[in-house]
Amino acid sequence: MIVRISTEGQYRLPSAYLDRLNEVDNQLVEVVAKGDRKKFDRLLDKMLKMVREKGQPLKPDELVGSEIILPAPGTTLDDAKALFTGDGLIPG
Amino acid sequence: MGILSRMSTIVKAKMTQFLDKAEDPRETLDYSYEKQLELLQNVKRGIVDVVTAKRRLELQGAKLKENVNKLDQQARQALAAGREDLARTALERKQVALLQVQGLDSQIADLEKEQERLTMAESRLAAKVEAFRTRKETIKAQYSAAEAQVRIGEAATGISEEMADVGMAIERAEDKTEKLRARASAIDELVQAGTLEDYTGTTDVVERELAQISVSQNVNQELEAMKRQLGTSQPKQLKEGK
Repeated sequence: MIVRISTEGQYRLPSAYLDRLNEVDNQLVEVVAKGDRKKFDRLLDKMLKMVREKGQPLKPDELVGSEIILPAPGTTLDDAKALFTGDGLIPG
Repeated sequence: MGILSRMSTIVKAKMTQFLDKAEDPRETLDYSYEKQLELLQNVKRGIVDVVTAKRRLELQGAKLKENVNKLDQQARQALAAGREDLARTALERKQVALLQVQGLDSQIADLEKEQERLTMAESRLAAKVEAFRTRKETIKAQYSAAEAQVRIGEAATGISEEMADVGMAIERAEDKTEKLRARASAIDELVQAGTLEDYTGTTDVVERELAQISVSQNVNQELEAMKRQLGTSQPKQLKEGK
């Protein structure tokens, strides 16, 4: 499957990792609700790392859509909250 | 709903602006290509903006460092003239300026990262735009209008997604530059007014107080060191230093 890390690029990742991505995604939702900044940063890093390490970067001239889109590196818990309130990653 | 699906929704919403359809699908392809070139220009402009903001912070940092030296000189002069109160004021300002210099350094590093990110986004987008152009020309030459849209399908999705993502990267960089620009102006004003009271740029009371404590501790230490150098240290004054 094709996975995009926002503002970074696309990777081809074995579908077997879908479950693990979803697992971290669920944890992220909980952490956002609790407002635990440190844990949020750690989980996001873990997610991005998994894609970078297990995935193969797409060649720049390949033109395909992504099945999954991850938040940009450096996304904060506050950014994530804005995501859910519908403002998008960048308010305004 | 998770963060991943939320991200997809946002990117898809942003993609729609790049997927305008003309009556003739081949025109759609040309129109899309024009938009891609436009966006490429925007990224270039975004990079220039980041670089400009960075330069400004660097200049400000240099000015602040100059200030630090000047204040240090002034403190020595004041002390030599027996004006400990004046020396103390100069040293306080010096400490605050030093704190600002540290803050600037991390902001400059931040912009550096943003510049790198946008530069990479630009080369990625440029490669994809070129791939799209080739694909579009081939399709226009080989297929009828009706087929063209179908044939470009995945490529159109791919390029629109890239465009949406690059658009977000630009917004993000703009957002950062804007904030730092505002902060730089604030520091400029403070420097001019000679106050520089905002030690840390934080509204956190504890952090502020701690910064104030460290400023006054450093001031006392420097004052004592200067006195020793000038040979004006007297036992009475040393006792006052608690």
